[in-house]
Amino acid sequence: MFDVEKIRLDFPILAKEIFGNPLVYLDNAATSQKPRQVIDALVDYYENFNANVHRGVHTLSMEATDKYEDAREKVSSFINSESSDSVIWTRNASESLNLVAYSWGENNINEGDEILLTPMEHHSNLVPWQELARRKNADIKFIPMLENGTLDMDRVDDLITEKTALVSAVHMSNALGTINPVRELGVKAHRMGAKILVDGAQSVPHMPTDVQELNCDFLVFSGHKMLGPTGIGALYVKKEILESMEPFLTGGEMVLEVSYEEASWADLPMKFEAGTPNIADSIGLGSAVDYLNVLGMENVREHEKDLTTYALNRFKNADLEGLDLFGPDDPNIRGGVFSFNTPDVHPHDLGTFLDRIGIAVRTGHHCAMPLVRSLGVAATARASFYLYNTKKEVDILVDGVTEALRYFRDGPN
Amino acid sequence: MDRTKIDDIYRDRVILDHCRNPRNISPIEHYDLLGDAVNPFCGDEVHFQIGLSDEVIENVRFTGDGCAINMASGSLLSEAVKGLTTEEASELSIKFVESMRKSIDQDVDQQFIGELSALISVRHFPVRIKCALLAWSALEDALSTKA
Repeated sequence: MFDVEKIRLDFPILAKEIFGNPLVYLDNAATSQKPRQVIDALVDYYENFNANVHRGVHTLSMEATDKYEDAREKVSSFINSESSDSVIWTRNASESLNLVAYSWGENNINEGDEILLTPMEHHSNLVPWQELARRKNADIKFIPMLENGTLDMDRVDDLITEKTALVSAVHMSNALGTINPVRELGVKAHRMGAKILVDGAQSVPHMPTDVQELNCDFLVFSGHKMLGPTGIGALYVKKEILESMEPFLTGGEMVLEVSYEEASWADLPMKFEAGTPNIADSIGLGSAVDYLNVLGMENVREHEKDLTTYALNRFKNADLEGLDLFGPDDPNIRGGVFSFNTPDVHPHDLGTFLDRIGIAVRTGHHCAMPLVRSLGVAATARASFYLYNTKKEVDILVDGVTEALRYFRDGPN
Repeated sequence: MDRTKIDDIYRDRVILDHCRNPRNISPIEHYDLLGDAVNPFCGDEVHFQIGLSDEVIENVRFTGDGCAINMASGSLLSEAVKGLTTEEASELSIKFVESMRKSIDQDVDQQFIGELSALISVRHFPVRIKCALLAWSALEDALSTKA
């Protein structure tokens, strides 16, 4: 059973007070909080298993290697990858995307090719392609977005052509909450011989992910948004594609044999993991995956869908004149992300006001500057929910925003 | 809710008042100096047109876009520099920026009593200090265009 009050007890930071108010943490799209189990896994590693991996014959090194590779297995199963050889450790989704852009992109994107993106990409799934397109004289195109913050899927067939080499799309928008039909995009991409990359930074933490069902060629995500430590992320690549890719970084750990003149590469996945890896945080992410598996990702999604439905209703019925809430209003195609704007209060002032009453929200462009600009604003305030948030916290947010609007409109009492 | 905590930043209604009714926004006929500052991270911006009579700032026009602190800072600054020589305005700017960068337990020069002290209290909110300083960058930009 999904007992949110019981779950909250696992997260030490949720007991914190901000200016004398209970912390209401609604900045989960930026990073999630960590349960005691993950924190303990890190401490346990450093206290009991710390050694370099894949090297020594000594016991400690073998134990560290086992735990490290076990974490890769866990992450691999979590996304239902055919093989853990397809899962490469990176620092985060951004590094995963850069790895694909350099390693796969350099050899597979040619002059005149097209890369198809959505207008709601995080800078991390935009800038690497801009740079690659510039190097290769390739073109970037965008699937148009409808007024309600969803993709205009009717236009996709015209946009994916023989020129299209890659379709790269965010699964869940970090700014709008929109859940995009990436499986359908993949079918259309494959039909024209293009590859499909799914940016799962916001979706993998919040809903079940099955790379075989999605039939995606690449999936990127970050550990720190799914209860794991910062500094660890992953890249999934279909094995036949990964086998054809050249290394991204070279050096130690990723080689088979080295002479003074040349080197040959280690097998997958180590071919893509130069240098001593982030052992502790990989193990921490494995522990986060264990935690999520106990809750069940279906249940996590249901809980958040429930919160989203509740929040959409509260926003709609509150006394929030002039407030623009962006993104689709159907909880089936929306995650728990709420970006909003009001003509009377600048998002930064709203953010400061809410902070004073204990509510942590993000304000700004959410690393999606072109998207936020296309909404006709310079910045928005964004509240983003996770598995430990409650309906009561939705109430605190909506009441806080209502009070802030009153304060800035009418001045202090 | 404890209102005093919010009032630390928007206190005495000075910031809210200047944000809602910014001063010196009417076009001016003649100006000698132009200054701009933009914060690319949040999109806030401030622009000044300054008209001189000899070395004295006779006219200021402030335009801007952004949060309450940014707008109030631009408006308060436009009031504060009127009647000062460009050199005095420059000195005021240096002192003001220095004071804003002092930690909250350090004393600040008493010359910032009055309405400018409302901005000095933004030091309670370190992430918002840059909002209060953008207008002063625009002023420095304007003063630096003077040969």
